[in-house]
Amino acid sequence: MAHMSGNASAADPQTFPALLLHHAAVRGNRPALREKDLGIWQTYSWAQVAAEVRRVANGFLQFGVQPGEHIAVVGENRPRLYMAMMAAQALGAIPVPMYQDAVAQEMVYVLQDAAVRIVVAENQEQVDKMLEIREQTPMLAHVIYDDPRGLRHYSDPLLMSWSALLQQGDDYAAGAPGAFLACVERVNADDTAAMFYTSGTTGKPKGVVLTHAALIDRARVIEKLENLSDEEEVLAYLPPAWIGQNMFSYTQLLATGFTVNHPESPATVAIDMHDIGPTYYFSPPRILEDLLTHVTIRMEDAGRFKKWLFDRCMKLAHRVGGRILDGESVGVADRIKYSIGNILIYGPLRNALGMNRVRVAYTAGEAIGPDLFRFYRSIGINLKQLYGSTETSVFVCVQSDGQVAADTVGPPVAGVELRIAESGEVQVKSPGLFREYYRNPESTKESFTEDGWYHTGDAGILDAQGQLKIIDRAKDVGRLSDGRMFAPKYVENKLKFFPFIKEAVAFGANRDFVTAFVNIDLEAVANWAERRSLAYAGYTDLASRPQVYELIADCINKVNADVAQDEALSGLQIHRFLILHKELDPDDGELTRTRKVRRAFIAERYGVLIDALFSGKDSQYIETEVKYEDGRTGRIAADLKIQPAIVVADTLKKAA
Amino acid sequence: MSHEREARIGNVILDMQNISLRFGGVKALTDISFNVREHEIRAIIGPNGAGKSSMLNVINGVYVPQDGSIHFDGKQFGRMTPRRAAEMGVARTFQNLALFKGMSVLDNIMTGRNLRMKSGLLSQAFRIFGAEKEEIAHREFVENIIDFLEIQAYRKTPVGRLPYGLQKRVDLGRALAMEPRMLLLDEPMAGMNIEEKQDMSRFILDVNDEFGTTIVLIEHDMGVVMDISDRVVVLDYGKKIGDGTPAQVRSNEDVIRAYLGVEH
Repeated sequence: MAHMSGNASAADPQTFPALLLHHAAVRGNRPALREKDLGIWQTYSWAQVAAEVRRVANGFLQFGVQPGEHIAVVGENRPRLYMAMMAAQALGAIPVPMYQDAVAQEMVYVLQDAAVRIVVAENQEQVDKMLEIREQTPMLAHVIYDDPRGLRHYSDPLLMSWSALLQQGDDYAAGAPGAFLACVERVNADDTAAMFYTSGTTGKPKGVVLTHAALIDRARVIEKLENLSDEEEVLAYLPPAWIGQNMFSYTQLLATGFTVNHPESPATVAIDMHDIGPTYYFSPPRILEDLLTHVTIRMEDAGRFKKWLFDRCMKLAHRVGGRILDGESVGVADRIKYSIGNILIYGPLRNALGMNRVRVAYTAGEAIGPDLFRFYRSIGINLKQLYGSTETSVFVCVQSDGQVAADTVGPPVAGVELRIAESGEVQVKSPGLFREYYRNPESTKESFTEDGWYHTGDAGILDAQGQLKIIDRAKDVGRLSDGRMFAPKYVENKLKFFPFIKEAVAFGANRDFVTAFVNIDLEAVANWAERRSLAYAGYTDLASRPQVYELIADCINKVNADVAQDEALSGLQIHRFLILHKELDPDDGELTRTRKVRRAFIAERYGVLIDALFSGKDSQYIETEVKYEDGRTGRIAADLKIQPAIVVADTLKKAA
Repeated sequence: MSHEREARIGNVILDMQNISLRFGGVKALTDISFNVREHEIRAIIGPNGAGKSSMLNVINGVYVPQDGSIHFDGKQFGRMTPRRAAEMGVARTFQNLALFKGMSVLDNIMTGRNLRMKSGLLSQAFRIFGAEKEEIAHREFVENIIDFLEIQAYRKTPVGRLPYGLQKRVDLGRALAMEPRMLLLDEPMAGMNIEEKQDMSRFILDVNDEFGTTIVLIEHDMGVVMDISDRVVVLDYGKKIGDGTPAQVRSNEDVIRAYLGVEH
């Protein structure tokens, strides 16, 4: 098999379409994309992908697609949507992936801003959204759909099936056989390759313009750093509109020429992961957390012997597993015990998680709880943190093999210059930086310093080994009224590591003490309640139970004891908390589509609750509007109890 | 109802005439006549004990009525048998589910193909005389149903471990595997929450739309029925008290009285 060498030479293809043709020529028979359909993995080789992309591109040409035009793509990870992106790039047009779970109205802004004429949609669900908003987006002229199910009776002239597009492409090519290659040759490395709308924790989304050169440069650096070859297997299961997934399974796919697998449906990811056994894996902490919660629940239900064995093995793994993975010296006895544990527990566990073949696993998107991080490393999965954003083509820092400290995101990768400003903000220069925010020179200007460094907006420090440690969003770091540091993310992450806590939001800027909202994890708490024969009617009911409050109070007390260890952070102890009556949800605007907490929005929406937390009340009545998945709205009302937690006093520490 | 939909609905496929059914002295059904047209969704509703399930069992051949006749596809039957009904393309689901709890979703739905398997037990066991090829074809058909009902994630899961709403979906899948012309659904939404009911409604409409299957369904949840049915028969104490489009039935005085009670 042909192995890619990591060294980029002048002859290497410099654009996405050139890369595609290169792979079709060099490794035409190797699998490029796989999709599980009707229970069987169907493979597209590089030659097949290149041939179909050509037909699609010709179909686009018939629609008069011009270089620089935006073509939106909306859906899960699907081979055809990937090929649509490749076809757009081959013509010098710019693919704009949109979040498939966004409601129609959220898509209007993107379609208007990017003046989108052509949308490639996965299925009926997405087609319906386009039909719903067509009045608001008069530019929209063609919607091409991948899966025809349920669309048989749609006769709207706006719509076209994938096969009709291919046919149209063939007809076009009959009249202009050389058009495709001519277009490919006109594409330059400095042209825009893709545009990603940032999910926008604040204000309107911004279109981040990334060039072929920027994206491919970052992919090449990672290929070299991790020794990626064309034999890697990847499972793409996160929204392709998220730069993390797109970089990992689209840009890296075309740069390195490995195989990307697309799951059958979002519900089958765990099964598909087990089928494929990916070697290169990427996951935001949230998913890793869910997997661990799942394992924990299963173990709680296991027989006494199994549970005993599991606990013992995990204790050993916690002590030596990470060190063995880092290649540090570990005693012979522990090594032997670890290898027995590997046969009995770690191996089967990795297998159950579908991670048996994982060589490199990345996590990014938000900070990961140190205990969660250590868990995966301790069972022998080479999980590493990385740091970056849409604007930096992801890769700014990546932890190096063998030098992984849980609370850092590693040193800057090749090509990146990094500095910490006086304000504590991390600032970056990199070949992977974005060119601009689309049609937004003001925001573009604001995001760079006078001397051309990019403002990441994150507060961080570089440690003695040159590894970057991210503390919080720079704008979120505040002070308590007595001047002690208030970094809400830090304490929230500690809370979220408990399987019972799904989400937490801490408040305390310019206040005397810190308080928090908590979302319970329904799956974990329901299981806990079941084992105690605690009956409940639903989320709201369960969340209001005194027993559940005690359970959560226990978690918070532990966190308080933990943060009290460090003098600089002791102000972060949570004095009072409440459990929210509903789950925070992107549909209600409380989380971003990548499920980050929208602090300002929550503070405004639940103002009464925050006032109650700080005022010393025992409970607070609240009524909240919620949006259901079909777009209707309803109301949830509840009388929320507020409970104090045990705070470790500073005086105690001083006395000790 | 759209014109397009009206155009799709064809001739009478099932005609029940003057059906009466008694268990000893108990009159379950009294002189009931109604028909079902090809490709339509026909609901039978009524309060508890109205005779809905008995009616379904008569269509299906489980009960033999004392009076009346059944015309299916132009042929008259004094009595229907379950076997004959199945062979003529009538499939059904059950109110209390009749699935093999220990078998996987895939295998349960495969059993629906039983009637269509040509190779015998031995050739299947030894994979000879084209049995393997046949099984592949059936498996493909079943996979299409799994895809259609969006239960890919549970393909290999034993049915007994699935929540009730999903088991109902598997039951529907097994009935669909028979490639029925007519599908009888016995309270497909009983015991479901709102979300599950919405899902099930969508699947019923999709089955009707994609495969053109004629659907007869029993339900006591009026709301759902009115939304998805083309025509509705209303039973009360074994008698027919209403028959027509949802709008007609909704404004029918007798129906209102049966459901809401009589004003005094």
